[in-house]
Amino acid sequence: MIEIQDLYKYYGDRRVVGPLSVKIEKGQIVGLLGLNGAGKTTTLRILACDLLPTSGSVRVGNVDVVENPELVRSKIGYLPDSPPLYNEMRVSEYLSFAARLRGVQRSELAKRVDDAIEQTELGEERHQLIGALSHGFKQRVGIAQAIVHRPELVVLDEPISGLDPKQIVEMRDLVRGLRGEHTVIVSSHILTEISETCDQLLVIRDGRIAAAGTEAELFSTLTHGMRIEVTVRAQSTEKDAVFENLRQVVSRLSGVSDISQIDPPEPGGHWVSALVVGESDVREELLSALVSAGLKVVQFARSENELENVFLSLSGAGERRARRGTRSNVRSGSDAAEAV
Amino acid sequence: MKAMLIARRELNAIVRSPMGAIIISVTLLINGLLFYNMVLTEKLLSGQVLEQFFYYTSGPMMLAAVALSMRLLAEERQNGTVILLNTSPITDAEIILGKFIGAFVVLMIMVLLTLYMPALILVNGKVSVGHIAVGYLGLLLLGASVLAIGIFASSLTRHQIIAVVIAAAILVPWLVLWKLAQLVDAPLNKFLNAFALHHQNFRTFQTGVLRLDSVVYYVAVTFFFLLAATKVLEARRWR
Repeated sequence: MIEIQDLYKYYGDRRVVGPLSVKIEKGQIVGLLGLNGAGKTTTLRILACDLLPTSGSVRVGNVDVVENPELVRSKIGYLPDSPPLYNEMRVSEYLSFAARLRGVQRSELAKRVDDAIEQTELGEERHQLIGALSHGFKQRVGIAQAIVHRPELVVLDEPISGLDPKQIVEMRDLVRGLRGEHTVIVSSHILTEISETCDQLLVIRDGRIAAAGTEAELFSTLTHGMRIEVTVRAQSTEKDAVFENLRQVVSRLSGVSDISQIDPPEPGGHWVSALVVGESDVREELLSALVSAGLKVVQFARSENELENVFLSLSGAGERRARRGTRSNVRSGSDAAEAV
Repeated sequence: MKAMLIARRELNAIVRSPMGAIIISVTLLINGLLFYNMVLTEKLLSGQVLEQFFYYTSGPMMLAAVALSMRLLAEERQNGTVILLNTSPITDAEIILGKFIGAFVVLMIMVLLTLYMPALILVNGKVSVGHIAVGYLGLLLLGASVLAIGIFASSLTRHQIIAVVIAAAILVPWLVLWKLAQLVDAPLNKFLNAFALHHQNFRTFQTGVLRLDSVVYYVAVTFFFLLAATKVLEARRWR
């Protein structure tokens, strides 16, 4: 469906993307992950034929974006990071305009608009002025305009940013609903926001693909073993002793490489929490050892932050933090590129 | 044709926004005041009154054309809506043409709303319908040229005020070229007079004379600036 080979994009002398090569199969939902300034938006804009690549080839459905951009555009629905909406238009009127622009015939127009409105659950808002809608609904109208002409490829640039938690869940369902009929590329700088929605993840760092694969594959390539958060009951006077006891129990287990005290999940309670790093999945052995030692385990789970840590490490966030520490007033080149 | 889709949207946007109504009403008010205070106060023949009417109408109309065109592309870039057009299967030329047609229709409605003034001259004096028609053709051709210059200026920036400044920087020297022509010798003065945006070229229409070279002049100016705006849009993809 999409074939990108040796793609480079320069703004002046500054390289924003490249070298970047990737293949995406039809019908997949692919997550493009990267920190702000990593080159996500530029890559997506090239794919949507809004920008031309400096070099390299980008083909969508076997059509080159430089040689035949108009044909590629008719195959694509694009939602930029801020939805391109005309505030003075009504929702259905705007969707009709977007559909006609993308070549939908007049005879099919009403049905296509109705379908897009139904898919994005905008039925009650269809006659409202876009300028009067909330951010969440504007984002939906943005997605509706990207799918109204039933494109083969839907490109969504940070569709979840700025939404409240309820809207995030609804947006995930909406994106998931596009699977099958469309190939979808969705970008984000927050892994957990889209990891559940996507079949494949591409981590982009400094304009290059730093890692690619499913969530599990990414996880196993970077982490050796597993992080587990354990919380046990402890009176406030005996917290140190309980942690020491915990540490001793854990250190006797084979396959555990580290243990450290962390903040309890709920402040103010009588708890002690620890992060246990296992070389493999040691959850079963760990739990039975803790129970046998008489520790009152109240919470026991794989670390939720773990996936985020994998992403942070792949995307080079640690390096960036270190760089900021020494040059806090200097914007990195890639940051500036994102702002262009 | 997709340009007409854009033209229709543009027309609706102008008509629905308060700015459209303000531009049209203020221009008509200034036209009416100029006609009453400058044209009707002198004792002139009907034909001369009509001539003066076209002269005084052209000024506010040029200002209105700049005001109508300043937002056409700058606002799209400011609001990020230009991406919808850029990523749709439509050429840059169609985008520019659509914008131009939408704004030109508004300008045409506005110019035709001044018809009551020549109608008064027609009823109370002796002028030919042909003179009125040629004068209006001149107004519309001049208006189209200024719109095209405004669209070009608007394509260069995302700020409407800067677009106005750029348009003014092109228009003002071009309008006063005939003054410069008075200071230089032949054949340069002839060239400057022929090249000036308003003076010699508009005067023919003003007096009711339809000259092909003046028509071609305004059509060429319009075409040149619409083409330039198209090239600016194309160049943006290469940044």
